[in-house]
Amino acid sequence: MSALLQTTRPDYPEAGADDAVARPLRHVRELSDKVFRGVSRGGGVIVLAIMVLVGIFLTVQATQAISKVGIVAFLTTQKWSPETNQFGIAALLTGTVLIAIVALVIAFPLSVGTALFITEVATGSFRRTLVSIVDLMAAVPSVVFGLWGLIFLQPAIVPFSQWLSTWFGWIPIFRVDAADPGNPLPDTSLYTSSTFIAGVVVSLMIIPIMTSMMRESFSRAPIGEREGAFALGATRWGMVRSVVLPFGRGGMIGGTMLGMGRALGETIAIYLIINPIFNINIHILQNGTNSIAAHIALRYGEANAFSMSALMAAGLALFVMTMIVNFTASAIIARSRSGAESEG
Amino acid sequence: MTDDTMTVRLDLDDVPGLTGGTRLPREDLAPEAEDESRVVIGFSRDDAFTVAGAAAAGLAIGLLLTVAVTLIPIGWLLPLSFLWFVAIYSTLVFLRNPGPAVRDRFWTVMLWAAGVVVVGSLALVIGFTLVRGEDVFAQMFSTAGGQSFWDRFHFFTTDMRGVGPLSGLDEGGILHALVGTLIQIGIALAITIPLGLTTAVFLGEVGGVFARFVRTIVEAMTALPSVVAGLFIYAAIIVGITHAFNGFAAALAITVLMLPIMIRSADVVLRLVPGNLREAGHALGAGQWAVVWYVVLPTVRAGLTTAIILATAHGIGETAPILLTAGVTSNLNFNPFEGPMTSLPLAALEFVKSPQPNMIARGFATAAFLLVVVLVLFLVARALGGQEPGKLTESQHRRLTARSRATLARIESRAPRPVAPLELDELLVFNHYLAPGEDSRPAAGPGQDPTR
Repeated sequence: MSALLQTTRPDYPEAGADDAVARPLRHVRELSDKVFRGVSRGGGVIVLAIMVLVGIFLTVQATQAISKVGIVAFLTTQKWSPETNQFGIAALLTGTVLIAIVALVIAFPLSVGTALFITEVATGSFRRTLVSIVDLMAAVPSVVFGLWGLIFLQPAIVPFSQWLSTWFGWIPIFRVDAADPGNPLPDTSLYTSSTFIAGVVVSLMIIPIMTSMMRESFSRAPIGEREGAFALGATRWGMVRSVVLPFGRGGMIGGTMLGMGRALGETIAIYLIINPIFNINIHILQNGTNSIAAHIALRYGEANAFSMSALMAAGLALFVMTMIVNFTASAIIARSRSGAESEG
Repeated sequence: MTDDTMTVRLDLDDVPGLTGGTRLPREDLAPEAEDESRVVIGFSRDDAFTVAGAAAAGLAIGLLLTVAVTLIPIGWLLPLSFLWFVAIYSTLVFLRNPGPAVRDRFWTVMLWAAGVVVVGSLALVIGFTLVRGEDVFAQMFSTAGGQSFWDRFHFFTTDMRGVGPLSGLDEGGILHALVGTLIQIGIALAITIPLGLTTAVFLGEVGGVFARFVRTIVEAMTALPSVVAGLFIYAAIIVGITHAFNGFAAALAITVLMLPIMIRSADVVLRLVPGNLREAGHALGAGQWAVVWYVVLPTVRAGLTTAIILATAHGIGETAPILLTAGVTSNLNFNPFEGPMTSLPLAALEFVKSPQPNMIARGFATAAFLLVVVLVLFLVARALGGQEPGKLTESQHRRLTARSRATLARIESRAPRPVAPLELDELLVFNHYLAPGEDSRPAAGPGQDPTR
C-alpha cells in the first residue's frame, strides 16, 4: 500500500539528467522599462522622504525646548508658559487620552453594531447604500462636525451631563466640582465645553474608519464556517457569535486602534468645543479640558522661536503617540488578514 | 480505488421496466399530505405584527411617561421608548420561541439600532448644517431686498472686506475663501496627482522590498494628525523660507495629507487589475512600461479617478493645517505666494468664533456650501467607482469597437510583406532574451513578482 502511494519518478535515459537546473535566462529590459522603473521608484523615494522629513523636522525643532527643561519635566508639568521655562504636556496628554477614551467607549459598540448590521443583516442595494453612507461620513469635514457639536449638541446634551453627574457623581470621573444637585436652577455652564462633549463629537468622526475596518474583517469570515454553524442549528446571532466575531477579532482590535489614532489627532472639532485649561481634569463632565492638537491650533501664532519649539515638542509627542498606535493597529490587522486568507 | 467504483455502477438496460429516463419510486401512489413546515424562514406577517405592536406599545409608554404624566423630561422620549420596545418585543418573542431565537431577535434589534443611530447622527449633522445655512441662502432667492438677480448672489461674488460685525446678511460673501480653496486645492492636486499615482504604480507594478517599506509608511501616514502636517509646513516653509503666511504653504500642507490617501486608494484599485491582463500584454511582446501604460492604467481609469476625487474631498475639508499656514484674512487674494489666503473651512471656523448671530449664520452657510461641494464630489466618485475594472460602459464599448474596426481596415489596406524567419537576436523584441547566459537569475515578470 505504502509503496503504491510513493511518488515514483521516471528514469531519465540521459546520465546526470536529475541534476537538471532551470535554464538560465538573461533578462534585458528595454530603455522605456528602465526609465519607467527608475521614475516610479523616484516617486516612492520622494513620498518616503516627505513622510520621514515630517518626523525629522519635528524632532529637530523640538530638541531646543525639550533640552531646556528636560524630558521628565516636559512630561509632568501641568502648565504652559514657555516664557518662564515652565511648560509641559501632562494636562494636554491626559486631556487628549481622555477625549479619545470617551470617543472610543461611544464609538466601539456603535461601530461593531453597524459593521455587523451591514455584513449580516442588510442585503443587496441596502447594504451598498449603507457602505456608501459610512464612507460619506468619513468625508464630512471636521469643521462641520465641530460646528454641529458647538451649536447643536452642546445645549442638547448638557441636561444629560447633569443627570449623569447627579446620579453617578459618586464615581470620580462623573463628579462635577461645585455642582449642587439640590439647586433647582443649576448652572449649566459647569457642564459645557467638557471632555465628554468633545468625546461625543470625536466619536462620530471615528465611527466611519472603525466601521469600515470591522466590516471588512467581518465579511472575510469564511462562508464554510458560517454555513456549518447554520447547519448545526445556530440562529443568526449564534452564528455571529461563534464564527463572525472570533474571525473578526483582529479587525475589531485593529479598527479600534485606528480609530484611537484618529481621535488622538483630531483638532478642529475639539478646538471649537473645549475650554482650554492646564490642570489635569479627570472629571469628564466638568467644564474645561485640553488636547495637544487643539492646543497647537490655539497657540501657533506665538511670536518667539522658543515658544514655537515648545509647541513643536508637543506636536512631536502627538506624532509619536499616533504613529505607535497606528503601526500597532496595522500590524494587528495585517496579521488577522493573513490568518483569514490561509483559512479560506 | 477505480475498481471499487466500477462495481457500484448499474447497467440500467438490465433492469426490467426501465426504458430510459429517471423514474421515481411510488410515483403512481396518491401523494401524501405535506407536512406543515414548522420553521418559517424569513420575515413572516406574524413577525411584522410583533415588531409593529411592540414599537407602538413602547412609544405609547414613552409618551405617557414624558408628555402625559411629565414624570420624565421630554428629551428622554426616544431612549425610553426604545428600552420599552426592546423589553416588550423580547417578551412577545419569548412567549412563542425558545431561548436562542429570543437572543437572536434581541441582538438583531440591537444591530438595527446601531445602524439607525449612526445613519441618524450623520443625517442630523448634515441636516442641521444645511438648515442653519439657509438664513443666507434664503435671501438669494427672495425678491424682498429689491436687488437685481446677480446682486443677490453676493455671497459668492464678494469678499468680507469692509464688512463689519454688525453688517446685515445682505453684505459680504465668501469669494475670498472660495478662491483660496480653489487655488490651494489646485496646487495640491498638481503635486499630488503625478506624485501619488507614480508612487501607487511603483507599489503595485514594480514591487520589491523597498516598495513594501514605502507602503507601510504610507499606510501609517494616512492617520498623520492634520495639525502635525500643518506644524511641519509651518516650521519648514514659513519659519524657514517665507517668514509670512501664504497660500502655497497651505497647499503644501494639504499635499502632505492628501498624498497618503490618494496613494492608498489608488494602490487598492491597481491590485484589482486581473493578472492575466498583464500577462496577455507581456505575451504580445509588450515591455513593463507598455503594459502599465496601455493595459493597467486604462483598465483602472475609473478607479483612479475615484481615488483622486476622494482625496480632493478630504483635502478640501482640512482646516487645522490651513489655520497654521495660510493665515486668516477677509480679503480676496489671488497670489498664493504672498499674503494670507483663507479657505472655505477656515472661513467657516472664523465666522463661528464671532459672537454675532449674523457671523454665525455666515459660518453655517459657508459650512453648508462646503458640505454640498464634498457631497457632490463624493457622489461623482461613487458613480465612477461603481464601474468595475475592465468593464466598459455602452458608449465606451462602441468607441472601442469603432477604433478596432478602423485598425483592422488599416492593417488590411497594407500590402502583405514577405516574412523572414526570426533570428534569435530579434527575439529581443519580446523583451525576454532567452539564451544561456552568465546571469542565472530567473526573469521575474511583473505579473509574478516573487516579493509580492
